Amino acid sequence: MNQRSRLSLLVTQIFFASLMLALFGRLFYLQIAAGPIYRDAALSIQSRDVVTPANRGFIVDSSGVPLALNKVGLAITVDRTKIDKLPDKGEAVIRDLVGLLGLNYADVWQRTRLCGELPKGQKAGCWTGSRFQPIPITKEADPQLALRIVERSDRYPGVTASPVAIRSYPENLGLSGGHVLGYVGPLTEEDLSGANGRTYFRSESIGKAGLESMYDSYLRGVPGIKTFIVDRKEAVTTTRKNTEPIAGSHLVTSLDMRLQAASEKALADAVKRARGLGFPADGGAAIVMDVRNGQVLALASHPTFDPNAFERGLSVEQANNLFSEKAGVPALNRALQGLYAPASTFKAVSLVAAADAGYDLKKNYACPAEVQVGNRAFKNFESRAQGTISIKKAIAISCDTIWYQIAYDEWVRDGGLRPKSNANDYFYNAAKRFQIGVKTGIDLPSESSGRLADRQWRKDWYSQNKDFYCNYKERTKKSAQTPFLLELARENCLNGDKIRAGDAVNFSIGQGDTVITPIKLAQMYAAIANGGTIWKPTIAKAVVKSDGTVVKKFQSENLGDIGVDPVTLKLLQESLHEVTLTGTSAGVFNGFPVQTSGKTGTAQVFGRNLNGSLKADTSWYAAYAPTQSPRYAVVMMVSQGGYGASTSGIGVKNIFEALFGVQGRTAKPELALFPEGKPPTKLPRISPATKAKPSILNPGKAVSASPTPKAVAKR
Amino acid sequence: MSTFLNRNPYRRAHRTSFFAGFDPILTAAVGALLVIGTLLVYAATRDWYSANGLDPEYYLKRHVINIVIGIVLAWGTTIIDYRLLRAYTPFIWGLGVFGLILVLIPGVGSEINGAQAWIGLPFGFQVQPAEIAKISIIIGISMLLSERTHNSDEPSNQDVLKALGVAALPILLILLQPDMGTVFIISASVVTIIAVSGAPTRWVVGLLLVAVIGGFVATKTGVVTEYQLKRLQSFVDPNADTQGAGYQLRQARITVGSGGLLGTGLFDGPQTSGRFVPEQQTDFIFTVAGEQLGFIGSGFIIFLLFIVLMRGFAIARRSTDPYGTLVSTGVVAWFAFQIFENIGMTLGLMPMTGVPLPFLSYGGSSMFANLIGFGLLQNVHASHRG
Repeated sequence: MNQRSRLSLLVTQIFFASLMLALFGRLFYLQIAAGPIYRDAALSIQSRDVVTPANRGFIVDSSGVPLALNKVGLAITVDRTKIDKLPDKGEAVIRDLVGLLGLNYADVWQRTRLCGELPKGQKAGCWTGSRFQPIPITKEADPQLALRIVERSDRYPGVTASPVAIRSYPENLGLSGGHVLGYVGPLTEEDLSGANGRTYFRSESIGKAGLESMYDSYLRGVPGIKTFIVDRKEAVTTTRKNTEPIAGSHLVTSLDMRLQAASEKALADAVKRARGLGFPADGGAAIVMDVRNGQVLALASHPTFDPNAFERGLSVEQANNLFSEKAGVPALNRALQGLYAPASTFKAVSLVAAADAGYDLKKNYACPAEVQVGNRAFKNFESRAQGTISIKKAIAISCDTIWYQIAYDEWVRDGGLRPKSNANDYFYNAAKRFQIGVKTGIDLPSESSGRLADRQWRKDWYSQNKDFYCNYKERTKKSAQTPFLLELARENCLNGDKIRAGDAVNFSIGQGDTVITPIKLAQMYAAIANGGTIWKPTIAKAVVKSDGTVVKKFQSENLGDIGVDPVTLKLLQESLHEVTLTGTSAGVFNGFPVQTSGKTGTAQVFGRNLNGSLKADTSWYAAYAPTQSPRYAVVMMVSQGGYGASTSGIGVKNIFEALFGVQGRTAKPELALFPEGKPPTKLPRISPATKAKPSILNPGKAVSASPTPKAVAKR
Repeated sequence: MSTFLNRNPYRRAHRTSFFAGFDPILTAAVGALLVIGTLLVYAATRDWYSANGLDPEYYLKRHVINIVIGIVLAWGTTIIDYRLLRAYTPFIWGLGVFGLILVLIPGVGSEINGAQAWIGLPFGFQVQPAEIAKISIIIGISMLLSERTHNSDEPSNQDVLKALGVAALPILLILLQPDMGTVFIISASVVTIIAVSGAPTRWVVGLLLVAVIGGFVATKTGVVTEYQLKRLQSFVDPNADTQGAGYQLRQARITVGSGGLLGTGLFDGPQTSGRFVPEQQTDFIFTVAGEQLGFIGSGFIIFLLFIVLMRGFAIARRSTDPYGTLVSTGVVAWFAFQIFENIGMTLGLMPMTGVPLPFLSYGGSSMFANLIGFGLLQNVHASHRG
């Protein structure tokens, strides 16, 4: 061998050795450095998880009556990955299927479309889950029909029937409970992406609204998982993991099923009554709260919806209606999302403000027909002069002008349009102590905070709207340029950043820009009733495992005190009692066997309805009872419901009737919801078979079983 | 160490025995590879075949038969006098070329994975003429380049041209199949032999340039089929074609990577038994090792292959005549490029081609060829030690 050959041989040898080294290095990278990544990738290729959803926990009322439980249904599901491969994308199969099951083709077609596939605005009723999970088109199929489908898999490719747990909301006593309980539904892609910090399995159902959503992590339980190892043909080779599902825990609430049903009925009746009087009455809310701890005993919103409809499968029309303004937006929970001017119910705050400002509340004050504020006359309700009257009387008959005068005088004292830097702002400060403009913190999703239209809010509002009002003519159509609106725009442009006399005066009677939610008003009146404590409204009392062990108890939360001295508070309480005796709701509560206190509110609303008519007044009634040792605060609101007393006042009375077992003019203790005068504090035993005890809605055997009715009647 | 052993007087005493002249380390390494390969072929096919109602030992049995035949061929190649081999070489070459022509005739050759490379024989056996051609080219050009018809230490231009001519015809025929992997391996081996032969450097540089330009022109002018382009593209961008070649390469990498340090254990790989990687008993045999034996096991396989190559170099270096050096260099280059192409493809370093892994993959023709190559190394070792 010559020298060149030798060298070439050596070079070749080194070259080949380095090739082998390269392979070795690459092998090291793949197996050691990047090994874990590839192991995960391999696992996702080989493994198929089959998820058995856990039994969802029940939601029960304070005495153990189930408000939400599960029943077994037969689901007919469509596998999109299979029917999409058919030449007509499964149209014929679905048509055939709806014919057999007696469903509407358009609804079922929509139900099997992924929401992402549909154009905006046409998504109602779509499937929020993914393409890879079987989509149920009904969960309550007839077993005979289901069998026919399963037997003819050639005719119904991708269609299967399987037993499923259906969330069921018993409709006892006409109960809906949709707003407070919520409903369950399939996971969305957003849920799955972990946006809310939780991880789910694709086939799970989750709470979508109300308590179902709020306490989903307790109720849902842990699904069982079977991990199969499959080969390239998807044939199962082994089972790697097999965990049993862990049932969800039960949620014990402070609600009372009978009271909830009674409140929903009272609210629906109030709406009907208002409509009978010619008011649109497009919505309403009713709340019953325990004044001593903030526990919510009933919470209703109108119009309502049937939470069972979601499991049954919404039709396109039903899904559209949930959010349609024409149908009154049933999805909206007006008890905590509706914002309304509190009107005269707000005078409780004004009374406190007047006391703070040093007015002697034992004196009498003039209640003229109108008060001149600047160049505008602010009129009393129905423009009646009531002479010189006590504060108690002023609250009782809901005189406005007394509060106008006080509010105006205080506004002037605080500097008027040139406010002092150390303005007293008695009215705003009193409202702040009642925590107006702050969320109550109720354990339901999507509460609105309301708005306290104080000086700071004014400034913020102005900086946002200045441009509009200062260029009003350019920004609006001719039709919006009436002399009044032009003048308003001019004023707003000029000094819209300041509290004007009109704002201050309106504030004192709960009109203007200050708005609150019904739950906030209930919280305020509970505080007045209990001596000043603002409780956080709560619905959940405890989470209890299926074996009965208590997982978590929810404590009442004291959010502060309204800071009213005992003398003033006593006067306020007496005034509210006077309302029911000689005041605006005396006609409603005349002869009612339980002493109650309350306040009517009739709030003017600006703007027009869809049909062009002017908006009608908001009807309010806020109350508590029994007057001597208050236990329950009840608030009802009917939007565009007209007068406070005749619409909501009677509604509240109806709720009290259920609470205290009042029939006609007598209270029957055996029909009272809480015979000992207080809601149960002990946690109930949980069973799906628990039945509600008697009440005026379900008197049953109670009347004959108890000797007391006669005794009461004699009194 | 082998040097020491071979100079051992006791060893020499056995020279006339049946195993005379076998390099013990090379033999041990190849033997170990054959055993491991047998286990891997069985592991790759057992579960899938039994799961689909077929004979789980189908491939095992055939693989063992192939090895036995291969060992006989290796033994024959080892003991044969190389002068005799020289006499046969034109005949073998002719046979290879004939086979390569035959394979291109429609109906005679069968196409697998886009290359028309096999000739079907009775009883389900197939031969791959390219494997025969490989050997004939290596022996042929080694002879042409080692014979000195002139008074010089290095081959003349004429010798090199002759050698290239011998190599060119089979390469062109294989190019027509087209089996780019084998073309690459043979061409690279030819260049290596020419380089080591002591031929003028311009030849080596020139051939490398031709290879680069040729490859470029081939892809541009469409000589390379779409199928091959796809394979090549999927090498550059594994996500380009998720179900075709890219899918296979990705699956191969995942399977190897999932093995980790220790692997899932022999016969116990879910990726393998799920048959997610295609051609797992042949071209992708290394994925089975990667998954089931882990870094330790598959690293050991690379180490054994490395030993084979290094022993080949030792044999080439110690050979007393240029023919011995060149033929062993040729065999080593063939093995090296084929190993690198195959494992490199599995690990995502090389584009996808259909070449088996020497001594490990299932497949008769390649097993026979590999063991004949092994026999050639032993032959040189036995006959031409200095």
